[in-house]
Amino acid sequence: MTVTDDARRALTSGAAPRRFGALYILEHRIRALRGYAWSAVMTSLGNPIVYLFALGVGLASLVPAGIGGVSYLEFVAPALLCTAAMTVAANETTYPIVAGFKWNPIFHGMNASPITGRQIVHGTMLFIALRMTFAVAVYYAVILAFGAVPSAWGILSVAIAVLTGMAIGLLISSYSSTLKDERGQLAMVMRFGFTPMFLFSGTFFPLSELPIYLQPIGWISPLWHGVELGRLATYGQPIAPWLIAVHIGYLVSIIVIGLWSTSRTVTRRLAG
Amino acid sequence: MVAHGKAGLCSTLVPAPVISAQSLTKKYDDFTAVAGIDFEVAPGESFGLLGPNGAGKSTTMRMIGAVSTRTDGELTILGLDPNTHGPDIRSQLGVVPQQDNLDLDLRVRDNLLVYGRYFGLPRKQIAERADELLEFAQLADRRGAKVDELSGGMKRRLTIARALINDPRILLLDEPTTGLDPQARHILWDRLFRLKERGTTLVLTTHYMDEAEQLCDRLVVVDKGQIMAEGSPASLIRDYSSREVLEVRFGSDKNAEAAERVQGIGERIEVLPDRLLIYSDNGEAELVKITEMGLHPITSLVRRSSLEDVFLRLTGRSLVE
Repeated sequence: MTVTDDARRALTSGAAPRRFGALYILEHRIRALRGYAWSAVMTSLGNPIVYLFALGVGLASLVPAGIGGVSYLEFVAPALLCTAAMTVAANETTYPIVAGFKWNPIFHGMNASPITGRQIVHGTMLFIALRMTFAVAVYYAVILAFGAVPSAWGILSVAIAVLTGMAIGLLISSYSSTLKDERGQLAMVMRFGFTPMFLFSGTFFPLSELPIYLQPIGWISPLWHGVELGRLATYGQPIAPWLIAVHIGYLVSIIVIGLWSTSRTVTRRLAG
Repeated sequence: MVAHGKAGLCSTLVPAPVISAQSLTKKYDDFTAVAGIDFEVAPGESFGLLGPNGAGKSTTMRMIGAVSTRTDGELTILGLDPNTHGPDIRSQLGVVPQQDNLDLDLRVRDNLLVYGRYFGLPRKQIAERADELLEFAQLADRRGAKVDELSGGMKRRLTIARALINDPRILLLDEPTTGLDPQARHILWDRLFRLKERGTTLVLTTHYMDEAEQLCDRLVVVDKGQIMAEGSPASLIRDYSSREVLEVRFGSDKNAEAAERVQGIGERIEVLPDRLLIYSDNGEAELVKITEMGLHPITSLVRRSSLEDVFLRLTGRSLVE
């Protein structure tokens, strides 16, 4: 087949979107964020203040001895940071993903342009990671203000929380991207996935306090792995080096697999 | 040498088609949506797919749009295979889908700005073009409005404006005026006609025969995933219908009986549940014959043949059910 002028023009104009497509999606999402930026900022600031008062000041008074050699506030702070990331993940990867196909079908609009399904997923996840970083950074500032970070390495807990949040988000999006109809499945995910994970991941008390048969919930939960790493960063909780590698490896693996499976689902659905 | 010259002449006189489909097929599990269709679209041509709902028009459009992957057959768009060059092909297309998919979270003008970036265009160029297109789509005064606040016709025009942001070589329109009121349809037709005049290649699907007659240079009649006929609107009417149609109603209980008695009148008769269609080059003359037979229709109407009649002839079914 000879290359026609039309084909040559198409190959030229298709080059930039092939390379930068995901960034264009990110740009779109940032522009859309302007519509609700104010409420996003207020939630990011309001949530940590409420949680830290309730748990770090209120509940902490019942645990005067602290946990594992640190105050209850110091114990719970890195966990709260991870749950903040997890909340952003849940908000952005449940209904908005279904909406992109169905209620506000922007994915189809994006895919009619040179943008591919994979780029839609990557750009969307990039946006979520950015939004999460902002929320977690604000949270971290509040935690600092409460004096809950003894270690200078504490700032690393921001990156750890984002890693945790993205692993959870991609786990959810791997499922939510397959939904053609929403008949309460997402509410089930929140009730039977999100909530147990939130409560039984060594978040508010050490995992070892749970009966042994409940502890596996923690082991499979990305939140537990993130919280353990967070505690290492903020107050130097002792962890064996191999276990550090397991924690990081677990989170990174979920992110890689989640990205792959969500991209595959979205690409296939768009090409149907 | 002579043979060479001849071949060269042919290739300069007949421009390469911008779309070429051979035995194009799409199957979903057991269901065949498109059952091996062949067609070509020349640059600057306005090409239509006419057919009822479920004929496979939208599926065909999504394959031409380099989005839906074909199950079988050959498809070339702008000289490229959509299976391997989807993004490149799509960078030269404008797509108006059956269902608007504007971003409801963005304002009118922002929808254009964001979309232009998908093609990797510079922001300044997009901004200029967005303003021109809002003007073209008669939406300049609604540039800052929320998409949800727009009427159906305005949303459709915004979708068309968005499809033009990359100055596409081919504009694909899937049922562009379905669901719009008559006035909104006419505004839209006027805008599409202007694009056609500027030389944009238009490919559209419709189940409205008047729309196909207004906008298409050439069209294929599609039914059950297959092409039933192909030609210009005028030639299809000429080949598959008569110049005029006499429509007579006798009331639903007497319809069948009257149909028996008028056999032989006109070139052909179609019996519909509520009326008889008598195809003839002179409808008035046929009406006189019917009255002379002592039959008195409740209503009678002589009209020009349309693509609706072509479709009825080809499939035995009505286009809009």
